[in-house]
Amino acid sequence: MTDKTVHTGKNAGGGDVRLTGISKSYGAFTAVQPLDLTVPQGSFFALLGASGCGKTTTLRMIAGLEEPTTGTVFLGDRDVTDLPPYKRPVNTVFQSYALFPHLDIYENVAFGLRRRGIKSVKKQVGEMLELVQLGDKAKHKPHQLSGGQQQRVAVARALINHPQVLLLDEPLGALDLKLRRQMQLELKRIQTEVGITFIHVTHDQEEAMTMADTVAVMNGGRVEQLGAPAELYENPRTTFVANFLGTSNLIEAEVVEAGTELVVTAGGGKLRLPAERCSAPAATGGRLLLGIRPEKISLAHADDEDTIATGRNKVTGRIVDTSFIGVSTQYVVDSPAGGALQVYEQNIERDTRLVPGAPVVLHWNPAHTFGLDATQAIDAGVETVEDAA
Amino acid sequence: MRWIRRNLVVIAGLLTLAYMILPNIVVMVFSFNKPTGRFNYSWQRFSLDAWKDPCGVADLCGSLTLSLQIAAWATLGATALGTMIAFALVRYRFRARGAINSLIFLPMAMPEVVMAASLLTLFLNMGAELGFWTVLIAHIMFCLSFVVTAVKARVMSMDPRLEEAARDLYAGPVQTFVRVTLPIAAPGIAAGALLAFALSFDDFIITNFNAGSTVTFPMFVWGSAQRGTPVQINVIGTAMFIIAVLVVVAGQIVTNRRKRTATT
Repeated sequence: MTDKTVHTGKNAGGGDVRLTGISKSYGAFTAVQPLDLTVPQGSFFALLGASGCGKTTTLRMIAGLEEPTTGTVFLGDRDVTDLPPYKRPVNTVFQSYALFPHLDIYENVAFGLRRRGIKSVKKQVGEMLELVQLGDKAKHKPHQLSGGQQQRVAVARALINHPQVLLLDEPLGALDLKLRRQMQLELKRIQTEVGITFIHVTHDQEEAMTMADTVAVMNGGRVEQLGAPAELYENPRTTFVANFLGTSNLIEAEVVEAGTELVVTAGGGKLRLPAERCSAPAATGGRLLLGIRPEKISLAHADDEDTIATGRNKVTGRIVDTSFIGVSTQYVVDSPAGGALQVYEQNIERDTRLVPGAPVVLHWNPAHTFGLDATQAIDAGVETVEDAA
Repeated sequence: MRWIRRNLVVIAGLLTLAYMILPNIVVMVFSFNKPTGRFNYSWQRFSLDAWKDPCGVADLCGSLTLSLQIAAWATLGATALGTMIAFALVRYRFRARGAINSLIFLPMAMPEVVMAASLLTLFLNMGAELGFWTVLIAHIMFCLSFVVTAVKARVMSMDPRLEEAARDLYAGPVQTFVRVTLPIAAPGIAAGALLAFALSFDDFIITNFNAGSTVTFPMFVWGSAQRGTPVQINVIGTAMFIIAVLVVVAGQIVTNRRKRTATT
């Protein structure tokens, strides 16, 4: 598969995708707030957010399927805001795939080339079907293919046009979990192979983090934070990002000492964090939200408190719930510092005393702590059962 | 007893089929009759006379040609208008859309004789000359509801993303319509057109009211039934039946063959 020649160079002269002040309103409802966004050429960019956050609308404005209320869309140096979708060097993979049911797979893939008046499509279509490993299905109709195969046809149908940018609108949403993991790797492989800019819309934070170089987290029509997956995960700047990407323990705290290291109190105990990891202005007497990821916390039985190294952040509590996952055990600890705290422990040496009701001490490296502005809703972005459905 | 119980569904099906086909068989059989009087109601003896000379009765073939012409134009008009109405009703939100949606069914629900009489009143008051055009206008009008219903059902099941995908893949508005919208809507449009043709071809009540001195095939049959029924009527009826069956069978073969090539 690796030595297949795919022509990348033909149309890819272009450059970055640049959105400046772009917004979309439907009557009184604003789907996308004025937004500036630059997607570097050749990158795998993810727009991540819950349904209704404006990510699909943003994508459709780049495709030309939606007209922005304000702002401009640039492809490289070219302003394409007023161009209809069929004149933009951009192609889309739709959530429902939108394969033409009356055409076979071959003609579906050839559609874009034929519309641009290219006569000899056979070689290109053949190569593209090979790239997505569907060479033997050329004469099939879309409804005879499985979901994963249809998805690959949709990708092939878009990629064959060598677009400057490929837009993917929740392309894996309809697939089951195992197939989704497989397709994530497949898409990543194709992107690396053809080198085209991919803009991927998804509500699945794991999908966004596995596939993309850069993730923009959207909420309520705005980009909350933008960065590399690890950067977003380690240094969330809002409670929404902290809760939506993975899980965070957020503790309300009061600053008692400001400096290069902040000292705060929460539930009577003193905790520390590096000032550079606090995205909110911190002054003595001010309030903060202190964040720590569940897997960074170590759990010790209260009897072993003496063995904990000095200099670590410590919080006492009582285990209220444990669930055994296999590689890890997840604990819920009720703590005077901040309600129910989540702790993930690797199952290396299991301490049999850690059962519901046991008094425990949670401890972690202060450098793993981050600080957030306390004026935000503490539970923004927490996934509820309804959201997940 | 066991055998009957096990095959009850098949027997009921065959009986119903016989019930539907029997009238056609009678028409067919009597097209080979040689009646003694003017009425072709009792079997005398086998003959091919009528088949050899189907236009042998005065005005029969003239009325047939006229009916076919009206049916063709009515089908064309009703299908074109009905398809556009169906797309508008499904795809666009506009004022009075709900009202139009229910009003479109009115001609289907209204007793034909009432509509025929009111149409005649309308034409007379407008000073229109009754004939080919008034019949055609009336036919397009009552066929429209059926076309709209058939096409609408199809368009409603169409994913609007398909057209977006076409536009995304460099197809302009015209190309999108010709290459994607039309082929996908085609089965619905074809069903509507066939229905319109059948309805227009054999309509009697509305036509009879609004035709003036023009005589269509159903009117000819009705008129001649007063004075005697020529065997040629059965010949035309049989021919129409056979053509319809052939069209259906041909269609079936084409779809079957397409399916088979797609799976292998």
